[in-house]
Amino acid sequence: MLLIRCPYCDESRPEIEFRHAGEAHIVRSDKMADLTPDEFERYFFLRDNRKGDVYERWRHIHGCGRFLNAVRNTVTDRFLMTYKAGEPRPALPDPQAQAAATEGNGQ
Amino acid sequence: MSGNAYQGGANRLPGKGRLTPAKTVRFSFDGRILTGLEGDTLASALIANGIHLMGRSFKYHRPRGVLSAGAEEPNALMQVSRDSARYQPNVRASVQEIFDGLRASSQNRYPSLACDVGAVNDALSPLFSAGFYYKTFMWPRTAWNKLYEPVIRRAAGLGESPKEADPDHYAQRYAHCDVLVVGGGLAGLSAALAAAESGASVIICDEQPEMGGALHFDTSIAVNGETGFDWAQKTAARLAFMDNVRVLTRTTAFGYYAQNFVGLTERVTDHLALPSPDQPRERLWQVRAKRVVLATGAIERHMVFPGNDRPGIMLASAARIFLNHYGVAIGAKVAVYTACDSAYEAAFDLQDAGVRIPVIVEARDRPGGTLLEEARTRGIEVLTRHAIASTKGRLRVSSIAVVPAGASGKGRDIEVDALIISAGWTPSVHLFSQSRGKVAWDAESGRFLPGVNAQDCVSIGACAGTDDPVALVEQAVEAGLDAANGAGSEMSGRPVIDIDHEGSDAGSWSAGLVGAVGAPESGKAFVDFQNDVTAKDIRLAVREGMHSIEHVKRFTTNGMATDQGKTSNMHGLAIAAETLGKPIPQVGLTTFRAPYTPVTFGTIVGQSRGVLFDPARKTPLHACLETNGAVFEDVGQWKRAWYFPRAGETMHAAVSRECRTVREVAGLFDASTLGKIEVVGPDAAAFLNLLYTNAWDKLEPGRCKYGIMLREDGFIYDDGVVGRLAADRFHVTTTTGGAPRVLHHMEDYLQTEFPHLDVWLTSITEQWAVIAVQGPQARDIIAPFVDGIDISDDAMPHMSVREGKICGVPTRLFRMSFTGERGFEINVPADYGQSVFEALWERAEAMDACLYGTEAMHVLRAEKGYIIVGQDTDGTVTPDDAGLSWAVAKKKPDFVGIAGLKRADLQRPDRKQLVGLKTKDPTLVLEEGAQIVADPNEKIPMTMIGHVTSSYWSENCGRSIAMAVVAGGRSRMGETLYVPMPDRTIEVEVTDTVFFDKQGERLNG
Amino acid sequence: MDSPVGVERLHPLHGRRGGGAAVGLTPAQAAVRISLRAKPDAVSALSGGLGLDLPTRPKTAVVNADGTRSALWLGPDEWLVIDDGEHGGSADLVKALADTGVLHSAVDVSHRQTAIMVTGEAAAETLAAGCPQDLSLKAFPVNACSRTVLGKIEIVLWRMADDMFRVECWRSYSDYAFAFLSEAARDAKA
Repeated sequence: MLLIRCPYCDESRPEIEFRHAGEAHIVRSDKMADLTPDEFERYFFLRDNRKGDVYERWRHIHGCGRFLNAVRNTVTDRFLMTYKAGEPRPALPDPQAQAAATEGNGQ
Repeated sequence: MSGNAYQGGANRLPGKGRLTPAKTVRFSFDGRILTGLEGDTLASALIANGIHLMGRSFKYHRPRGVLSAGAEEPNALMQVSRDSARYQPNVRASVQEIFDGLRASSQNRYPSLACDVGAVNDALSPLFSAGFYYKTFMWPRTAWNKLYEPVIRRAAGLGESPKEADPDHYAQRYAHCDVLVVGGGLAGLSAALAAAESGASVIICDEQPEMGGALHFDTSIAVNGETGFDWAQKTAARLAFMDNVRVLTRTTAFGYYAQNFVGLTERVTDHLALPSPDQPRERLWQVRAKRVVLATGAIERHMVFPGNDRPGIMLASAARIFLNHYGVAIGAKVAVYTACDSAYEAAFDLQDAGVRIPVIVEARDRPGGTLLEEARTRGIEVLTRHAIASTKGRLRVSSIAVVPAGASGKGRDIEVDALIISAGWTPSVHLFSQSRGKVAWDAESGRFLPGVNAQDCVSIGACAGTDDPVALVEQAVEAGLDAANGAGSEMSGRPVIDIDHEGSDAGSWSAGLVGAVGAPESGKAFVDFQNDVTAKDIRLAVREGMHSIEHVKRFTTNGMATDQGKTSNMHGLAIAAETLGKPIPQVGLTTFRAPYTPVTFGTIVGQSRGVLFDPARKTPLHACLETNGAVFEDVGQWKRAWYFPRAGETMHAAVSRECRTVREVAGLFDASTLGKIEVVGPDAAAFLNLLYTNAWDKLEPGRCKYGIMLREDGFIYDDGVVGRLAADRFHVTTTTGGAPRVLHHMEDYLQTEFPHLDVWLTSITEQWAVIAVQGPQARDIIAPFVDGIDISDDAMPHMSVREGKICGVPTRLFRMSFTGERGFEINVPADYGQSVFEALWERAEAMDACLYGTEAMHVLRAEKGYIIVGQDTDGTVTPDDAGLSWAVAKKKPDFVGIAGLKRADLQRPDRKQLVGLKTKDPTLVLEEGAQIVADPNEKIPMTMIGHVTSSYWSENCGRSIAMAVVAGGRSRMGETLYVPMPDRTIEVEVTDTVFFDKQGERLNG
Repeated sequence: MDSPVGVERLHPLHGRRGGGAAVGLTPAQAAVRISLRAKPDAVSALSGGLGLDLPTRPKTAVVNADGTRSALWLGPDEWLVIDDGEHGGSADLVKALADTGVLHSAVDVSHRQTAIMVTGEAAAETLAAGCPQDLSLKAFPVNACSRTVLGKIEIVLWRMADDMFRVECWRSYSDYAFAFLSEAARDAKA
C-alpha cells in the first residue's frame, strides 16, 4: 500500500484513503458547446498513458475529501510530489535529486 | 525403532538439546501414535522416533525424508489436522510444532507411504523429462479432459484441500514503527537492541518459535559470557519488556511492498493443543516502518549428486539443529559430503555426541583453516577431491559409493545410516529483492548479495554476506543505531555485545557452487527436490534452447514449487551457467516474489468473512418492515424490502396484490436508500445548471423537478428529483446505487472545474428516512399527522416540497410520484423513521392500504414508462434515446455532456431508442435481456436490433408489459418484431412506453 | 433536542454492548451534528457563533469550555460540529450559524451518523485491526481527529483521551462497525 502525501492534510496517508482520478491538467474548455469533434476526442478520449513520470489526479476521498494532483513514476510507483488542485503544473524535480531520492537511503 | 528407551523417542540423546525430557507430547503420524517432547517439530519428533521417511516426491513419487530443519524444506510436506474441519495440506514437518493430539499424515502416496503404486513414475522417468508437460499434453486433444487432467494431475499431487468451512478465525493488525527488524538471529537481535535502547519504536519478528536464528545450531558462539542461544532468549525477553518494542515469534515477513510496507504473518495457535476460542489462528501484521533492517540470514544448499534424495540425507545444519536444539541424533553412522567448512562443525558436534562419522567426502582440494588436521586428529577419514557417485537404500540411505572427483566406476561403498551434505550458504536476499533492491554478484565469495537499495532499508549479517560474528555484531549495532537516528530518536550509547567465537575460519563459510557443478551425468542428481528437477533436466533445457534463466525455470519448473527454490535456485543457475559456458551473473537470477513462504487464505481474508465480508446496510425502517413480513433483496450493499407475502401467497400473487392495492387504495414504501445530497450556497442553482441537463434558475422554492445528469460523453449518468428548499438550498435525490459516485462526480466538477462557485455539497442520504405513500388515498392517510403544511392539491400540487412537521418531528415533505398515483415522499430524521412509519401504517392498514416492496415499485413505474437508470439505460443511452429530450435545456451555454451530445453518432436517427413492447399473447412475459430481431427467418447469426430492458406481469393492465431499446424504435410504432427464444419465437408489437393512465390524470388525484 | 414528546430517537445501535476487559465498546449518546462548510474568511465569525474556535490545523478537534460542543477539522473547508443537544437542537445550531451572516453551509447530519465509544487500554490496538493510520500517541495525540477507514467502511476517528476514541460512522454502517470492533476487541490486548 502506497503512502500519499495529502497537500491539504499536510501528512502522508495510506493509499486506501485515496481514490485515483485520472490524468491531471486536462483543461475543460469554457466553450464546451463549440468543441469540434477532434477537439472533443482529444479532451475526452485521448490520454498519453506514459511510462515514467506522470501528472495525475487523486482524491483524498476517505480523508479531507479534496482532489489533489500528483507526479508519480509509473515504473517505480514512487510519488515525486503532490500539490493542490488548481495549482499550475510544476516542473519535475531535477533528475539528480530524483536519483538521490531513489537510491540514497538505507546504507 | 520400537520401545522408547528414552522419553520422546529412541534417538533422543540424554543431556543433549534444549527440550525438557519430562514434557512429553503424544501425536500420530500415518495413524501411528508417537511420543515427542514439547518444543519438537514434527521432523525432530519423527527422527527422534527413528522415522526418516516422511513423504513422496511430486513427480516420481520417490521416498523422501526431511532435508532441512527450517522454512526452506522442500520434501517433508504433510497433512496436519487438529480435528475433522481443521486440516491443512503441504505443511512443512520442519516447521510444524507438535502438540498433544496432533495428527499428521504423509501425502502423495497410495496405498501407503512405504508402498506407493505411484512410484512407477520413477521407473518411467525417461518419459517425464524436463518440458514433458509441454511436449506430451498437446495431443490428442480429447485426451486432455479424459486422461491427462484427471489421472496425471492426481498422480502428481500435493495433498488435498479441506472440504469443510474453516472454523478458525483470523485477525489483522496495522502497525507502525521506526524500525522493523526481520530476523531474530545474532544480527537481528543486536540491531533491535541498539535501536530500541536509542528510544526508537521497534518491531522484531522471526519465523521460529524462539529468537536465535543460527544460534539454534551454532554452539561455537558465546555472547557476553553465555551461550549464544541463551543470550538470544534473554535479549528477546529484555526487548519484549520494553514499551517501545514488539517482539513477534512464529512470525514470517512474507512480503516487502512499496514504501516500507511489510506483510507479516503470525501463527498464533497452530502449535497449541487447546487454543482459546478468542485466539485467532493467525494474525496478519501490515507494518509500515520508517526503516527496515533485514537480518534474514542464509540458507544452506545441498550437494547435487546421483541419489542425493534418499531419506536420511540432509543438510549439515539440519543435523546440527536436530542434535544441538532438539537433542536428536539423525543416525548412528553419519557420513559427510561437503564443499563447505560448516559441515565439519556438524560432523564434530555429532561425533562429540557419540555418533560415528565413517567418512567426510570433501569435494574441494582441502577445507579451510585447520579443519583437515582437526578431523584427522579426531580419527575421521577425510577424502578430499572426492565425490559420491551413487547411494543405496530403498526407504532410507544405507550406503554411499565414493569416487575420486572426475573419476568413473563404481567406487568404494561405505555403509551409513545417514548422510549430511553442504554445498555452501545462499544469503536470503528474498525480501531485499522484493523491495526492488538490486542484488550484486560477489565473485570472491561466489554469491549474490544485496546491492543497491530501492527503499529505506539495510541488510545485515549473513544475508548481507557478513560471516564473522564479531564483524556481524558491529554491523548490526551500527544499523540499529543508524535506523533509530534516522527515525529521529536520541542516541544513548550502544549495547555491549561481546562475542567469543571458537569456530572455524569464517571467511570460508560459503564455498561457492562447487556442489552443483561436475555432477555425473548418470543417475538422478536432484536440484529441486520438491518438483523433482535433476541436474540433467537443467542441462537438457539449456541444450533445447532455453538460454535465459527465466526460461530454464519455467521449462524445468526448477524453483516453482511451494518452497520457491530456496535450496535449488542457485544450483539451477550454476548448472545452466556451466552448460552455457557463461559466468553466473550473465545468466542472471530469477525474480523473487511475495510470499516468502506460503500464506494461508485465512490470513489474507482476516476478519472479512461472514457478516464482515461486506457491510449489510439496513434502512431505519428495516426492523418494522421485517416485522410486517418483508422479504428482502440485496441492492448493492443495501437490504431492501422486495415484497410482503401474506400467508400462503406466492411472490407473483403478492406483487400483483401490492400493485393493485396501490392503484386502488394506497401503499407505503421504504424509499430511504435513495441517494440524497444537500446543495447549499448562493451559486447552488448555477452549479446544478452545469451538472444537470435541465435549467434550474426558474424553479421556485417549494417546487421540484426531475433532473438528468450526463457524463461528458453525453450518456445518461444518473437521474432523480430535485427539490428547491430555498433560493440557496436544494435537496437533490439520486438513484440508490448512484449515490456515492454522483456525489464524487459533483465534487470533482465543483473542486476542479467550477471552484469559483460558492456552493457546498453534503450527503444526506442517511440523515433522512423516506416513507413513500402512494395511491388515491395517500393524502388521507398522512393528513392527520401533518402539522404546519397545507397538503391540499391547490396548495401543494404534484412536484412540490414543503418543510414542516409530521407526527411532531421535522419533515421535508415531497409531493411526487414514481407510481403515477397521487403520492408523497415523507422525509423524517432517520432515528424517528420507525415511530413515524408505525403511526402511518396503523392508519393506512385500517384503510386497507398495503406495504409494497421494490418489485411492485418496479412494475408500477414500468406501467407508467418511468425509466430506471442502470436497468433501462446502460451507459450508452442519451436523453433522446430514452425519450427524455424534453429535459435537456436548449439555451444553456454549458452543462456536463453538452459537447458529447453533439457528436454525430449521438444524433443518428437509427440509434437504439426506448419503446414499449406488447406481446401478441398477453400472458407471455418476456425475459429481460432478450434480444429482438426484425426478421425471424433470418439465418443465424441474426441481426439483433435491440433488447428487452424491463419486463413484468402487470396486474393493473391485465397483461404483460415490457420496455426495450430498439434501433430506430420510435419510427417503428405498431410494427411487429420478434424475440427469438430457445424454445420458440415470441411476436411483439412496438408501442409507446406508457401502459397505464396515458394522460397522467391520476397524479393529481 | 428536537425530540418531540412521545417520539424517541431510536439509536441504530440501541442496547448494544461489546468488548472485554481491555477494551469497551459502547454506543455514544444521541447527539446533534452539523456538517459545516466555509471558506477561511468566515472562520472567525462562525467560531463566534459556535462559541468555540473552529480548528484550522488539519487532524485537530476543539472542544468548548464546558465540554458540550466540539468541532472536528475534516477538510480545509469542512468541520463536523458535535453538540450534546442539552441546550437546543440542530435547528437552533443552524440558526446560530445563520445569524453570523457570513457565507457558509450548515447541514443537519445528526441522524446521518452514529458513534461508538472505544475505551480502555487496548482501544488503539482494537482500532488498528482496521484503521491504517498510525494511532500512536505521537502521531495521533489526544484531540486528533480524521476521516479515515475502518475495515471496509469510512469513519471519522477522534481521540478524546489517551485510551478513549470516538468512532463516527454513517448509521447503516454502524452494524458493520460494531461487529468489526467486537471481533477486533477479541484479539486486542493492551
